This record gives sequence, C-alpha cells and structure tokens, in this order.
Amino acid sequence: MISFYEVELTSRLMLGTARYPSPKILKEAIIAAAIEVVTVSLRREAAGGERSGQAFWSLVRELGVRVLPNTAGCHSVKEAVTTAYMAREIFGTSWIKLEVIGEDDTLQPDVFGLVEAARILSDDGFHVFPYTTEDLVVADKLLDAGCRVLMPWGAPIGSGRGLNNVFGLRALRAHFPDVPLVIDAGIGLPSHAAQAMELGYDAVLLNTAVAQAAQPVAMAIAFAAAITAGRSAYLAGPIPTRDMAEPSTPVVGKAFLA
Amino acid sequence: MNILVNGKARNINATELLEVLNELGYGNATIATAVNRCFIPVTARVDITLSENDRLEIVAPMQGS
Repeated sequence: MISFYEVELTSRLMLGTARYPSPKILKEAIIAAAIEVVTVSLRREAAGGERSGQAFWSLVRELGVRVLPNTAGCHSVKEAVTTAYMAREIFGTSWIKLEVIGEDDTLQPDVFGLVEAARILSDDGFHVFPYTTEDLVVADKLLDAGCRVLMPWGAPIGSGRGLNNVFGLRALRAHFPDVPLVIDAGIGLPSHAAQAMELGYDAVLLNTAVAQAAQPVAMAIAFAAAITAGRSAYLAGPIPTRDMAEPSTPVVGKAFLA
Repeated sequence: MNILVNGKARNINATELLEVLNELGYGNATIATAVNRCFIPVTARVDITLSENDRLEIVAPMQGS
C-alpha cells in the first residue's frame, strides 16, 4: 500500500487521461491496469452545443477512480493558484498536481514559482503534488512550503526518454527516505517505470506512453506489471553494481586442467 | 453589454454572473468561473455583477496528464 495525504492506494501506477484514441480505450486502459488515480485538467467550455467536458467528467465519475487535477499549461503563480481553486470546486478534491511551467521547449518547471504557489495552496488546505525537478534544495523548500509528496520529472513531458538523471533521482530518494516520491513525466517504456521503482520510488505517473501506444490497453497492462516487478525488486534488495567481474561460479575446488 | 467570454466578444443582457451563465446556456453544467482573472466560487455567483468589457472565463473538466 502507498499513502498520499492519508489516502491509501494499492496501485502505484497513476495514469493521465489525455491523448487516447477514444474515451472507450481510455476507460478500458484504466480498468485493465486497475488504476486508482487519474489526472484531469480544466479547459474553456464552449457555451451550448457540444459539451465535451461534461461527457468526459461523466466517464471519469462512472469509473469511480480518484482524480488528481493538474494546473497544466500555467506559467505564473497567479494562473496556477487560480486554476487550483477552480479545480477544487469542480472536482471536489483538495488534491492538486501543481505545475508552474518555466520554459516552453522542455516544459521544465519554474521551481521558484512552484515553491511560492505550493505555499499559498498548502496554507489554504490544498494537498499539493508538485511537478518538480530532482533538485534537492528545491525539494527541501517544497516540503517546507507544506508539500508532503514530491513528483520529480524523469525527463521532459512527452519525451519518452526515461530517467534522464538516475544519479540525481537516487540522491533525492536517499535524502528524503520518508517522503512519498512519484516519478512524473518522461517515461516511455515499462522498463523505465520498473527502473524508477527499483530505485525506491513510490509510484509512477504517466500518460503519453500508454495513450499513444499502438495498443494503449495492452501497454497499460505492461506498465502495471513492470511497476509491480520494480517494486518487488526494490523490496528484495538489489545487489550493488561493480566495475570489475566477480565469478559467480565458485572457483574453490576447480580441477587443475590448464 | 459587451464582455469577453473565454476570449470571445459576446453581447449579453444580464449583469449578475449567475444570470449571465444561464443566458449563455451553461445551465446546470459542471463549470468553474473567473472574472478578470479572479476565481469566483459558485456561492458568489449571485453577488457578482459584471461590467462592460469584463473578462469571463468558464472552464470545465478536460483530459489531462
């Protein structure tokens, strides 16, 4: 079990809901991978006519999953905080995946704005899941601002590159052993997710790698299996790496035949 | 009165936010609102009176990651 803000969950895979071929496939992927938390967003809703937002919300509610609203696309503290308030009202949750984007090519978080927004929202009762980097000092300041979960990126959003800075992510895990850490963004393959779990991360949040796969439902199942395997491996205690070979077959008693 | 609704110019008759939303056809839709970049909770919609050139943002649930 993993706990975020006193909410206990069984699944360590959290799934984004964007970019699926159809709502039906999104629904099937969520069910097939036994997803308990999905991320959602807010966008302008057209007056009258087509109400795509209402249909999407009905689908999510039918599934009975917990939602983690985001502030995706927000570039300022003001914008992110206002979006968070709107999300809390619409989705009826204090959870917020806080994104304050600082750079458009990499969608790298503006960590200064992130800390400021996290403090404002935490002080007002939000449970903040900050999308951050692996920077230890920023992590410390986010915790000081009231965050009790951290979500460092694996790689730029949608890049599918996996864990860009394993050293930094390992250091983050070691520095904050008791803080739930979730890898968010940049995951492309189940092996990337397994690697995150092997490092001791508590969960993985991803979207594109499943939604844009040729067969999203099958890929969701593959990710769920990889995350279970990675978690089991972490708990089993991986061996340390070495620079040189070490015989695994005992050499004592070997016949002298040379 | 002319206001901007989600970035588009609209001419409306109502002035109270709740009535404006009804006039625009949002009815019972699950939406959140901001006026001039400030969040307006559901409970405050009856207290807010819009003025000429105000900017009204209306958002709804959407897919996200």
